[in-house]
Amino acid sequence: MFATLIAEAPRFFTYWNMVFLATAVGNTLVMAFAGCGLGLLFGLGLAVTRAERIVHVAPLRWLAILFVEVFRRIPVLVLLLFVFFTFQLLGFSLHALAVGTIAIVLRASSLFAENFRAGIESVHPNQWDAAEVMNLSPLQTLRLTVLPQAWPVILPPMTIGLVGMIKATSLASQISVLELTFAARQLNQRGFSALIAFGTILVIYFVISWGVARLGASVERRLVPQHRRA
Amino acid sequence: MFLSIDGLSAGYGGTRVLEDVSFSLERGEIVSLIGPSGSGKSTVLRCLVGLVPPEAGRIALDGSAVDYTSRAAVRGVRDRLAIVFQQYNLFQNMTALDNVAIAPLKVKGWPKAEVMADAKRLLDTVGLGDKHGAYPDQLSGGQQQRVAIARALALKPDVLLLDEITSALDPELVTEVLDTIRGLAANGMTMLVVSHEMAFVREVSSRVLFMDRGRVIETGPPAELFDAPRTERARDFVTKILRH
Ligand SMILES: Nc1ncnc2c1ncn2[C@@H]1O[C@H](COP(=O)(O)OP(=O)(O)OP(=O)(O)O)[C@@H](O)[C@H]1O
Ligand SMILES: [Mg+2]
Repeated sequence: MFATLIAEAPRFFTYWNMVFLATAVGNTLVMAFAGCGLGLLFGLGLAVTRAERIVHVAPLRWLAILFVEVFRRIPVLVLLLFVFFTFQLLGFSLHALAVGTIAIVLRASSLFAENFRAGIESVHPNQWDAAEVMNLSPLQTLRLTVLPQAWPVILPPMTIGLVGMIKATSLASQISVLELTFAARQLNQRGFSALIAFGTILVIYFVISWGVARLGASVERRLVPQHRRA
Repeated sequence: MFLSIDGLSAGYGGTRVLEDVSFSLERGEIVSLIGPSGSGKSTVLRCLVGLVPPEAGRIALDGSAVDYTSRAAVRGVRDRLAIVFQQYNLFQNMTALDNVAIAPLKVKGWPKAEVMADAKRLLDTVGLGDKHGAYPDQLSGGQQQRVAIARALALKPDVLLLDEITSALDPELVTEVLDTIRGLAANGMTMLVVSHEMAFVREVSSRVLFMDRGRVIETGPPAELFDAPRTERARDFVTKILRH
């Protein structure tokens, strides 16, 4: 196996193939980072919207719940096709990369909303009472005492979710986004062995996921004080 | 009347737990609320600070009725009434000092140096001069309760509502807290105190209200209510408590 790899390597690791792969890495990262970044933002927004101690308008809370329940249950591939055809029906021809990113945003928002919700609900209601009787606003309460107490509950599953979203970007290859998985398939079709094509992207996926996991761990170290860590 | 409650009824999700509760406090007066567990003592205090919406009745501060459906009015009431909870409810992610300083800083926007100096002084007053940097889970129940008292005082309220604040204290610390409360009384602090500590109630309050099943059954000066209760239920309760 090694012998084949070594024999094939000079032909595989050419300048053009590297540019091709770099473009694919870039697109994977765009989808992952834009998708997860916006997903974190919207996820927090959704969790806040459905929190009874913050939003007192019930229909708003129901809408947030509906969004979360729908988008975290649809398979990512179906979500991609849904976004793709929705925009087509509306008469927009969206770049495949944008379609992929939007699908990731929808999924990530609903997943992270659940992480935030579980965290917020893990904090004892008497903390809200104490803040409320001192006239702290709901958002001040969230920021000053609820989230700081919730990070130990929020962050570990959220890190897993982030890595999962990176893996999910590979499904965008199905709508011809030039991302890592799509690139590997193309290289394989152009005559390179599956071993070297998919082996290379496997290493790249691993490095990205590992980096995100490390990032998650370091955020956890910063946000969860020593004496409260599990 | 400084604080008057007239025909107050309230409950949780359809179940009435307060029925036609009426009483009042003069400025500088200390009134105690006693009664069996579940009789509604905490609920009265929670109504006053707007955590439980009143379903009927009238609550007036300084003669003007409070509209508990108006957010601004409730905020105004909370500016003047401070509650110390039965379970302390300290912010678990903050040190004792930050617990005391947070609302003056973030709600009132008072100058930081002043707030911090005041917070330290308050913690010293309640006997926690060496615990400024401790987190709630590093403090005993009694210590947490004293942080909670300091936190309530930090907002300079007109009325202090105390919900069983001595129940978690070691006997030698009760005296310390009593002294704090006496000091507050001497400064004209109006207080509504829920407590089962008969000696405490006898000592600090000018009037005692006995509650049972959501109603105020009997009212009187402590000596009268403890030594010669007029109602059967108050008599039962007082003998049970005194036998403790
Ligand atoms: N959050 C709540 N939801 C539903 N019912 C409640 C809630 N809090 C209190 N109750 C009920 O309301 C009644 C009065 O409770 P409350 O806490 O006011 O009593 P209490 O006199 O303070 O009792 P204790 O001496 O045990 O503190 C009780 O029957 C209790 O079960
Ligand atoms: Mg109680």
